[in-house]
Amino acid sequence: MPYINVDKDLPGIRSLMAFRPETAKPLSDLAEALLRDSTGLSRAERELIATHVSYLNDCFYCHNSHGELAVCYLDGNRELVDAVRKDYRHADISEKLKSLLQIAAKVQQGGKAVLPEDIANAKQNQATDRDIHDTVLIAAAFCMFNRYVDGLASVAPADMASYPLRAKQVAENGYGPHIYSTTQPQSVVEEVHA
Amino acid sequence: MAYIQVPEGVPGIRSLVQFRPETGKPLYDLAQALLRGPSPLSPAERELIAAFVSSRNECGFCRNSHAAAARSLYGDEKQVVDEALQSYQQANLSGKMKALLNIAGKVQVTGKSVTPADIDAARTAGADDRDIHDTVLIAATFSMFNRYVDGLASFTPTNEAEYEAMGKRMGENGYQFPKK
Repeated sequence: MPYINVDKDLPGIRSLMAFRPETAKPLSDLAEALLRDSTGLSRAERELIATHVSYLNDCFYCHNSHGELAVCYLDGNRELVDAVRKDYRHADISEKLKSLLQIAAKVQQGGKAVLPEDIANAKQNQATDRDIHDTVLIAAAFCMFNRYVDGLASVAPADMASYPLRAKQVAENGYGPHIYSTTQPQSVVEEVHA
Repeated sequence: MAYIQVPEGVPGIRSLVQFRPETGKPLYDLAQALLRGPSPLSPAERELIAAFVSSRNECGFCRNSHAAAARSLYGDEKQVVDEALQSYQQANLSGKMKALLNIAGKVQVTGKSVTPADIDAARTAGADDRDIHDTVLIAATFSMFNRYVDGLASFTPTNEAEYEAMGKRMGENGYQFPKK
């Protein structure tokens, strides 16, 4: 049960955003600017960074929600998303993305853990200043989102089939106000009529 | 020197938001809503929570600037800021603020380390849902800002007087997105 009295029909961060719309607005604007941009890093790559950091922070709701968004952008390649989530070094991704995930994992530990050689390695793999900036800020932002979600013990939907449905809505509509005004879609087990 | 090419001589987060205004604007809006918008906690108390978390994250720029803002806002009671940063349990703070700083300290470690007992202690000391929400979100937000500032090795001034002026400005004007 959440630590504060939030709308019981909304899960995770969405219940917290609805509790306080004044802070929800800049939070969703930040997510939109960081995760929906596709200059340098694709939307899929951005969501993979968010998923990996949320996994390292053991935030169930965030790593599943953002993992499903990455699946959406990768045309259903859940295997790749699972590989990046748990062991990106052996995943089938570019060296550039590996070196950026290494930076993201350092940021998860603490800003000062990022070393000049981590940056040099990323630049050697063709990462631009903007790629590095966005990676650090995505990792830092999920250190915030994860703490917000778990620090107030918000509820993660138990129905795992609802996550891909929700991801599809966010992939289509972005991180606008619908984030904190619409409920998690229900997964419907269709009856088979013989 | 910062890891990416940001405007020279501009300190901390200001240099980073100028590098990428699209994300900088919501970051400033968040700081303004969270630290200056309506809340049962005073701006001074909220700046103290921000400085406390930044201190635990060893982010010199954020700790010094937000501690300076808190001192400026506490006015005659400004010594409480340094007391709290040194040892908040011994500081001349309300039981409620001590219980909220305990929660903020847990959030700094990780979200899951906040326990029902921490929340109960805050409620017994008079905290309501809004106090608890704002405390958790401030602590979470500074876990982001601190990582952003240090993860890109942005410029941290070492001159104490510079922070005092910065804190006074932050206290008076809040967080307006900087114009170039």
